[in-house]
Amino acid sequence: MRVYHFSEQAYFPAWNEHSGTLRVTFPNRKCDPQVAADLFHRYYDEWQLCDELGLDIMLNEHHQTATCMSSSVVVGLAVLARITKKARLLVLGYPIGHRPDPLRAAEELSTIDVISRGRLDMGFIKGIPYEIAASNRNPTELMDRFWEAHDFILKAMTTHDEVFNWEGEFFQYRQVNVWPRVWQEPHPPVWSTTGNTTQARVLGERGYVMATLGTGYGTRKMYDSYRKGYLQKFGHAPAADRFAYLGLVAVSHDKQEARRRGDLIAGYLRTSPIVALPFRNPPGYISPEDNARMLRGETPPRTYTKAGKVISMQYASVDELVDSGVLFCGTPDEVYEQIVDFCGHCGGMGNLLMMGQGGKLTHEQTVDNLTLFASEVYPRLKAWRQPDAEAVAKAVAA
Amino acid sequence: MSVTAESAAPTLVVNGIRIDLVERGAGRPLLFLHAENGIEPALDAIDALAEGVRVFAPTHPGYGRSELPKGMRTIDDLSYFYLDMLDQLDLRDLTMVGVSLGAWIAAEIAVKSSARFSKLVMANSVGIKVGDRETRDIVDVFALTEKEFIDIAYYDPARGTRDYKALPDAEVLAAARAREATARFAWNPYFHNPRLKSRLHRIRIPTLFLWGAHDRMLSEAYGRAYCEMIPGARFELIERTGHFPDHEQPKVFAEKVLAFAGGK
Repeated sequence: MRVYHFSEQAYFPAWNEHSGTLRVTFPNRKCDPQVAADLFHRYYDEWQLCDELGLDIMLNEHHQTATCMSSSVVVGLAVLARITKKARLLVLGYPIGHRPDPLRAAEELSTIDVISRGRLDMGFIKGIPYEIAASNRNPTELMDRFWEAHDFILKAMTTHDEVFNWEGEFFQYRQVNVWPRVWQEPHPPVWSTTGNTTQARVLGERGYVMATLGTGYGTRKMYDSYRKGYLQKFGHAPAADRFAYLGLVAVSHDKQEARRRGDLIAGYLRTSPIVALPFRNPPGYISPEDNARMLRGETPPRTYTKAGKVISMQYASVDELVDSGVLFCGTPDEVYEQIVDFCGHCGGMGNLLMMGQGGKLTHEQTVDNLTLFASEVYPRLKAWRQPDAEAVAKAVAA
Repeated sequence: MSVTAESAAPTLVVNGIRIDLVERGAGRPLLFLHAENGIEPALDAIDALAEGVRVFAPTHPGYGRSELPKGMRTIDDLSYFYLDMLDQLDLRDLTMVGVSLGAWIAAEIAVKSSARFSKLVMANSVGIKVGDRETRDIVDVFALTEKEFIDIAYYDPARGTRDYKALPDAEVLAAARAREATARFAWNPYFHNPRLKSRLHRIRIPTLFLWGAHDRMLSEAYGRAYCEMIPGARFELIERTGHFPDHEQPKVFAEKVLAFAGGK
C-alpha cells in the first residue's frame, strides 16, 4: 500500500468570521497575506517532512475559499517538484474541464513531470459544484469538456515526432507540440475521483486509478462497479493499486490526544460544506432525474457507518466518523486495524490518501502525527496482504 | 420517472428533434414562445390568447418533454430550429410572442428573417447587454435560492411558489429540466448574445414591448433601452406582475397582445 499525505492548506484563522458561506462569496478581506504566507510555508514544510519520512504527497485546488488556499495545483506542484526528492506528487485533482486551455495544462504537467524526474501522478477531476462560480464554465457541458480536455492532454503528451491538429468541439489548435516531453512513458499515471457507480464503471473501463473521498462504507459499491468495467475491458481483475481512498488520519500513543487530533482534523469536514445554498447544486451538475428527486427532498444519504447508520459528515462525532471509515483515529495499533478492516470491506484498496493535517491541527501535532504514522503504522500497511483481486472480482461478476 | 410518461400534448418532429406543441383556438396564427420557467406557467395566457387567434405554443427543446440534442447550445441554435419548424408547418402572417427567454428567441428569429411574421411582441425580454462590463443588467438568478428568485421575479410570490412534494412527477422533472436547459442556453454569456444588439435594427415589423412593472430580475430601464433599439417599437407596462406577465396577469397580457395583433 502507498500512502499520500494530503492537506487543503486551509486558511483556518478566518473560519469563525463567515456569515453563512466560507466559499465563493467569502470576501478576501478576511485573508491576511502575512498569515497566509506563514501558513503556506508551514504546509510545504510538512510535505517536505513527508518526503523524508517516505510518504507520498497529494494536493488539490479549490477557489475563492478559506477552506483551501491552493487555488492552482500547478503552483503547489512546482514548489514540491523542486523541494522534494522521492515522494510521488499526486494532484487530485486538476479540474481540466474548467480550464480554458488544455495545451497549457499539458505543458504545465509535462514540465512538473520532468522537474520532479517522473514523480507526477496526474489526477483529472470534474471539480465540486462550488468551483463553477470561479471558472464560470457552463455546468451543463462540463463533462463533455472534461473528456475532450483529457483526450487532448494525453494525445499531446504521447505525440513526439510531429505536430498535430485538433479541431474539437471545445478546443482548437493547429500546431500542437508540447515541450518539454514527459518523463514517464507513455505519460504520467492518470487518476480520477468519483461519487457514483456510473462514472466508476467508466473509470474501470479505462483502467485509471479511482479515488473516492469520504464515502466510508458506501465505498464498496463504487469499487465493485469499477471492477465490473475493468474486468469487462481487460479480462482480468484490477489490482488494489487501482483504488484509492481519502480518509482522515489521527494517531497518537495517547488515546485522548489521538481523539483531540481527530476532532481537529475533522474541522475540514465541518467547514468544507459551509457554502451558500445556490452554489451547492448548479444546474446540470447532476442529472434532471436526480434534481427532480432533490426537489422532492428525496436525496440519498452519502455516508453511513459499517452498521448502516446514516451520518452527516459535517456534524458527526469523532466516534461516528471512525465507525463510518471516514476517520482513522487512535493508537498506531488501532489505526492499523481500522485501515486494514476498511480495506477488507473494499475488497482491496492500495492507495490511502491520508489527510494527516486538517483544520486547526498545529504544526507540532501534525509533525508528530505524520512521524508516528510513518514509523509505526505505514510499515505494517506495506506488509499487509491485500485480498485476492481475482477472487473479489469473480464474486462481483457473479 | 420518465420524460415520455404523461401529458397529452401532441408532439412534432423537426429535423429529427421531437418537441411538444400545443395548438389552440382558431383564426390568424400566433406563435407563442414560453419563458425559462417552461410551458406550464403560460397555459392560462395561451388559453386567453386562443379566444382571439390560433395559438401555436411549442415547448422549447430541453424543456418539458421536448428533446434537446447535444449540439444545440445557444439561443441562436433555437432560433434556427424554430425557423425550420415554421417552414415545415408553412405558417405565414404570424404574430410572434415571446416572454423573457422566449422573447430573446423571438428577437434572434426576427433578426434573421421576419418574412413569416407580421407583428412581434416581446415581454420582459432578456437577450442583450445594456450596461457597462461591471454592471450586472440581469440579476444572477443561479446565485439565488428558488425562494429568493421568486421574491424578485414575482409581484405575488405565492403565484410562483411550487410544492414539489405535491406536484405530479412529470412536472417536477420538467422543473428540473427547465433549470438545466436554461443554464445550457443562458449561462455564459449570461442571458444575452453580445452580437444581438447590433442586429436589432433588422427587425422592421411592428413591435410591442410588454413589461411587468414589478420585475426585479430585469429593470424597466433595461426594457426601455432594449425597446429603443428596435425601429418603431412601442413600450407598455403591465401592472401587478413581475418578470412573467403571462403567468401573473394572463388575461391582461392576452388582451394587450390581441389588441396589438388585431386578433378576431
